[in-house]
This record gives sequence, C-alpha cells and structure tokens, in this order.
Amino acid sequence: MARSVIDVSDLPTYAFGSRVTPWWGTFSFCLLEGTGFALGIGGYLYLAVTNRHWAKDAVPLSLIWSALFTLVLVVSALPNFLIRRAAMRESLRSVRVLLLVMSVIGLVLIGLRVMEFSALPVRWSDNAYGSFVWLLLGLHGVHVLTDVADTLVLAVLMFTRHGTGKRFSDAEDNAFYWYFVVLSWLPLYAVLYWLPRL
Amino acid sequence: MSPAAEERHETRDTDLGDEELRARLSKTWGTARGLIGVLSTVDHKIIGIRYAVTAFTFLLAGGIMAIVMRLQLARPDSHLVDAELYNQLFTMHGTTMMFLFGVPVGEAFAVYLVPLMVGTRNIAFPRLNAFSYYVYLFGGLMLWGGFALSIRPDVGWFSYVPLASLDFTPGKGPDYWAQMITFTEVAALAVSVEIVVTVLKQRAPGMTLDRIPLFVWTMLVHSFIIIFAMPAVMLASSMLIMDRLVGTQFFNADAGGDPLLWQHLFWFFGHPEVYIIFLPGTAFVSAIVATFSRRPVFGYLPMVLSLIAIGFLSFGLWVHHMFVTGLPEVGAAFFTASSMAIAIPNGVQIFCWIATLWDGKPVLKTPLIFVLGFFFIFVAGGLSGVMLASVPIDTQVHDTYFVVAHFHYVLIGGTLFPLVAAVYYWFPKVTGRLMDERVGKWQFALAFIGFNTAFFPMHLLGLHGMPRRVYTYPAEMGWGGLNLLASAGALLFFASFLLMLWNMVVSARSGSFAGDNPWDAETLEWATSSPPQPQNFDRIPYITCRAPLWDQGGDKAVVGGLKVDERELIVTSITEARPDIREESPAPSIWPFLAALATAVAFIGSIYTPWAITWGSPVVAIVLVAWFWPKTTEENV
Repeated sequence: MARSVIDVSDLPTYAFGSRVTPWWGTFSFCLLEGTGFALGIGGYLYLAVTNRHWAKDAVPLSLIWSALFTLVLVVSALPNFLIRRAAMRESLRSVRVLLLVMSVIGLVLIGLRVMEFSALPVRWSDNAYGSFVWLLLGLHGVHVLTDVADTLVLAVLMFTRHGTGKRFSDAEDNAFYWYFVVLSWLPLYAVLYWLPRL
Repeated sequence: MSPAAEERHETRDTDLGDEELRARLSKTWGTARGLIGVLSTVDHKIIGIRYAVTAFTFLLAGGIMAIVMRLQLARPDSHLVDAELYNQLFTMHGTTMMFLFGVPVGEAFAVYLVPLMVGTRNIAFPRLNAFSYYVYLFGGLMLWGGFALSIRPDVGWFSYVPLASLDFTPGKGPDYWAQMITFTEVAALAVSVEIVVTVLKQRAPGMTLDRIPLFVWTMLVHSFIIIFAMPAVMLASSMLIMDRLVGTQFFNADAGGDPLLWQHLFWFFGHPEVYIIFLPGTAFVSAIVATFSRRPVFGYLPMVLSLIAIGFLSFGLWVHHMFVTGLPEVGAAFFTASSMAIAIPNGVQIFCWIATLWDGKPVLKTPLIFVLGFFFIFVAGGLSGVMLASVPIDTQVHDTYFVVAHFHYVLIGGTLFPLVAAVYYWFPKVTGRLMDERVGKWQFALAFIGFNTAFFPMHLLGLHGMPRRVYTYPAEMGWGGLNLLASAGALLFFASFLLMLWNMVVSARSGSFAGDNPWDAETLEWATSSPPQPQNFDRIPYITCRAPLWDQGGDKAVVGGLKVDERELIVTSITEARPDIREESPAPSIWPFLAALATAVAFIGSIYTPWAITWGSPVVAIVLVAWFWPKTTEENV
C-alpha cells in the first residue's frame, strides 16, 4: 500500500541558479562548447609549433577593432550582473530596461566583430594561420550571435504577458550564458591578437 | 483569486484514488494520435524505442556490408566486388557501426531507462530529446541515401587526410561523411546533456548519490565523456569540410597546415569513443549480473570510482593510435603507460562482477549467458589490447588483421554481447512480453561459436602479415584457409542476429506475459507496469536504500502533492536528492521536428554551396523561436 511520506505541494514551481534544470543544461553546453574552443586553440598552437611556415604566415592582426570589441564585451559584464540580480528579485521594470541595454550592447558587439573580420590581413584560404584566425573568430562570433538573438527574443517576451514567473529564471539563465561568452573570448583574444606579437 | 490560491485548488495526486489517478495522469502525459501527434511526441520511452529501432536497422545494414566483405575475402583472387566498391564497403561498415549504431544504441537505452531508473516522469529537456532523434535519423538517411545515389565515401571511417582532401578524393563522398558526423554528434551531445541533467536534478526524493543504480552512474560518466570528446570530431569534420568546400588550409602541409592535426583531433575523440561505445555495455552488465545473482553488485564504491577513472583515463590514450607517425619517444612512452593503466579500472570492474556471481546464486537465463560470453570475449580482447599498447608490437602488427581481430573482440565482446543480453532483459519491460528462452540459448550458441570462428583466425592472419583494407589477396600467400573459416564464422554470427529478430517479432505478439517485474530485479524501472504508462509512475517513489525493490519490501513510500492535470515533475538537490521545485515538463510540440528538418536541409545544402548556411540559419532561427515561444503557460525546452 502506498504511503505518502513527503508532501511537495508547497514547493515553488521555479527557482534560480543551479537549483533549476535549465541552469545545468546551460552549464553542460558551456562545458562542451568550452571544449571546442580549447581544442581550437590547441590546434592553433600545435601548428604554430610544428609547421615551419607558420612563423612567416602569422602576421599580427590589427588591434583597434578587437580592442574595442574586448572592451565593450568586458564592460557588458556589469549590466549582465545587474540583470541577473534584477531577475532574481523579479523586478520586471529593471529586467526590461537591462534586457534592452544588453540587446543594444549585443548589436554593437556584432557590428564590431564584423569590423574585426573586415580588417583582417589574411583570408581563410591564404594559409592555415588564416584558416584558424577565421575559424576561431567565427566560432566565437556564432556564440555572440546566438546569445544576442536569445536576448532579443527574451526582451520581447518580457514586454508581453509572458513576462512573469519562470521567465525571470530564463533571464537569469541567459545572463549566466553571457558570462561564458565573455570569459571564452579572453583566451582567444590573447592567442589571436597577442601571441603572434611575442 | 491570487495565483497561489488558484494553484491550491488544482487537483493533486493526493486527492485521487489509484485508478482515477492513473487514468488522469495518463491523459496528461500521453501522446496524441495522428501524424502530427506522432511527430510531436516528447515521451522519452517512445523516443528511446525509436532510437533503438533505428540503431538496430543500421546494425543490420552495417552487418550486411560486413557479410559482403567476408564473402569477397573467403577465397583468394576473388572478384565478387572490385577494389573501389570494397573501399566503400569498409568505409560504410565502420562509419555505420561507430556513428549510426554504436553511439546511438547506447543513447537509446539511456533515454528509455534512465528516467525510469531515477524515478521521474520524463527526461530533462524532452523537446531537445525529440529534436536529437530526428537529427540523428536525418544524418543516417543522408549518408545511406547518398550511398544509394552512388555518393559514397571510400576513405575509411576515420577519413584521414591527405587521402580525404579534395586533391585525392574529388566528389562528394567525404563531404557526406563529414556532415553525417555533425548530425550524429549534435544528437549525441544533446542526449548527453539531457542525461546529465536528468541524473543530477530529477532523481526521486531520497535517491542520494550513493543510492544511484550503477547503470545510471555508468550512463552519467558516459555522457560526460561524450561532452568532452565529441566536440573534437565535430571541430575536425567541420575543418575537413571547409578545406574541401571553401579552400581553408587546415590540413595542407604546404600552406602551414598539418595532416597529423586531423589525426590528433580525430583520435582525441576516437579513443574516448571506444569507451563511449563500451560503457553502456558495462551498464547493462551491472544491472544483469545483480539481478541474476540475486544480490547487489559487489563493491559499489570501487565500481563507481573505476567508472570515473575510466572516464578520465580514456582521454589520455588517443596517441596510441598514432604510434607509427613518428612521435617523440617520451610521448610514446607516456601513452603506452596510460594505455596499460586503463586496464586497471576495467579489471576492477570485471573482478567485482565475478565476485558478485561468485557470492550470489546465478540463474542462467539468456541475459546472464550473454554476459558470461561478454566476460570471455572482452577479456580476450583486453589481452590483445595490452599487447598492442606496447610500441614494438604495435609497430609490427600495425594495419594488419591482428588489429582487426583485437578491436572486434573489444567492441563486439564489450558492446554487442551485453547489448543482446540487454534486449532479452528489458524486452519484457518495453513490450510486456518475455522473449523465448530456448531460442535465446540457441542464439547464444550460434553467436559465441560464430563470433570466435570469425575473429579468432584474424589474430593469426595478422601475425602472418595479412594487411587490413585489402580487397583481395593472392593464393600464394596461404591465407585462404583461415579466411574461409573466418567468413563461415561471420555467416553464423550474422544468422544469430536474424534469429534474435525472429524471436523479437514472435515474442512481441505471442510471448508469455511478463508482469511488472519478471526477473525480480532491484531497480525502479521494474516498479511500474510493463510497458510503463506515459507518466512512468502514478506516484513518485521515495527512496530509502540502494536496491529499493529488494530492500523496501512491501512498504511503498511515495511522494505526494504533484498536480495531476499538468506535466509536473520533482526537481531535487544534487547530492541528497531533497525535493526542491515542482518544475513543469514541456508538452508535445511539432517544432523540434521542424527544427531538425530545417537544420538537415541547411546542412545538406551546405555540401553544395556555403550559402545554404547563410540562408538556412535564419530559417532555423525562426523555427527555434517558434519552438521556445510560450504557447500558454507551458514550458518548452
């Protein structure tokens, strides 16, 4: 005979951070995408060490656009932090405003990434160095693009009748993923822009 | 009325009697009829079965290719197939077995069984699960559709450059191969994330870390290995296809690239891949050994630690596939040592299983018999593996049939034998009927004799110098007799699978009824009906020990308070599995199917023009937004 020993009817239907399943989903995706980045950097370094053409091919990349991109990206961690906090406090007004801010920042970053590409001194087909520069920049660009798209959709959602309850948890989760986009860029930036100058 | 008060008025499971509760939950969690309903389902059991059926179909297809190759090699100077077709056959055989059968079949069992074993109502992210299945299906159909249309990769399942580069292999074969990799790895990665989250966050209350069934632990480690290994092959296959399609130079040594980079990236995935395929086998063995020994597996803690050790060590072995590429000596020594080291945790597992059988009262039903076959064959494969880990022996027998013999002993012994055992073991849960025992024993005899007759002679052929991947050989080499023997064995082995298929079809119709727990097993999937209701459990069990069905006796402690008319499940804390949230599980949706379709069109189109990605991405994006856009108050992942 079944005997009820715990009653869960008073438990909440959503929460924040590592208590909920989407956070762990996002975390797992960060792990696997981070592995992709790490292997990409590994491949770059492998060729830098083993191929004797590399030193000649590895022309330093222009620092201007990438510096701007990096600056805006790092600064975006602040509104991102605030969005997490506002989401966890379920403050609809702050979340709306900050999502708009993050959307604008995201679009600016995409613009800067496009400028970065257009200023590259090598094409992907010139040599393996060029291939790797385009690959790594593109791979990270795709991450920026998808999270900005996610942020835009979420921003729109928050201005509809859906902007309640569980959506705050989604906003918090989205902000969590943005930290990954920021953090994964830093080693890529160092390798792509500064290593060839050493 | 405030939302909280409104919520309190909804029907909870504690308000209803058993029969009404079952009917209402089954309606809430059920799958709609009709084509749209079928394509929209998010029930992990239905998707798990689809994964399994698809994977077994590919097993049959890959098996037929093997049989054609064995017929060709049965006698010297044979002309049944020519060299070109032979190259295509071994490429398709390896690719199909590794990517379209080996990995997905493990996922199939995980998707079906893990949510049941941890006592929850659906897998985490069920729509992602549906999406992953369709992506896998489309990837497999693309590869085999291409084969039917004579677009055939013929450069091996590992697609080494420079052979696979555009200069040496024009045509679209390797591009189809590379895109198929992307499809199947996307699917495998998605399932792994679902399994990790299901195991960490959706365990029934009370199922603390040290009460997780070994099967589930194994699938958790398996999923983590996939998460860290598969990105390597996705990256590599994307680089390969870019070299071929848009002129990047990753693997072109003349332009600063390196063909060995391909090998490193491929084997960084490729060796963990062996464990990705093998670990589900060990999961089956742990479950079956316990049930048929009538006692829990000996040494729970060393078993779990061994699994985790295997997970880590599996990433330290990849270079042993590259011993003849001219490595620095220190590197070769390191990878020899790590290749031998992984035999230790594997050995611990084997000893624990043997100890369990030793201490228990083994019941020799078909599942256990196949597991005993696994011990013999896998240990033999492990022994030749330790031999190959040493550089001098490896250098001598590299690319000979000795290696073919070794990895078939490991892969078939380590995976297929436990898999057949698993089919016999869980078939009654899935269908409600038992498979025929007598046919099962005949099948074992055929499979065991057939397998060893097919593959043992290959050790000798390899030592006699017969190279791999040759479509024929001259009679003067003296390899004819052993090859004929091997081919005869292969036919027997193949026949054993036809026998299983027949047994499955007949038993599904007229096998004897199984009841909930025909084997008197210990884990939670046996605590529900066979086949399980859409909701898995009418009332969520509360777990107080490691073998709930053995040790909790008639005391059915359950958790109450979930809504009946919404898809609610309990999210628990990671270590102690304390109930924390009532999370809503996503309802069926057609969008995952459409998203997979859009993705497939974009991927296949990209083989012909890079613009397919440019034009395909917005379509995929729109479909994804539709997928995630809330319809009412439901959740959507």
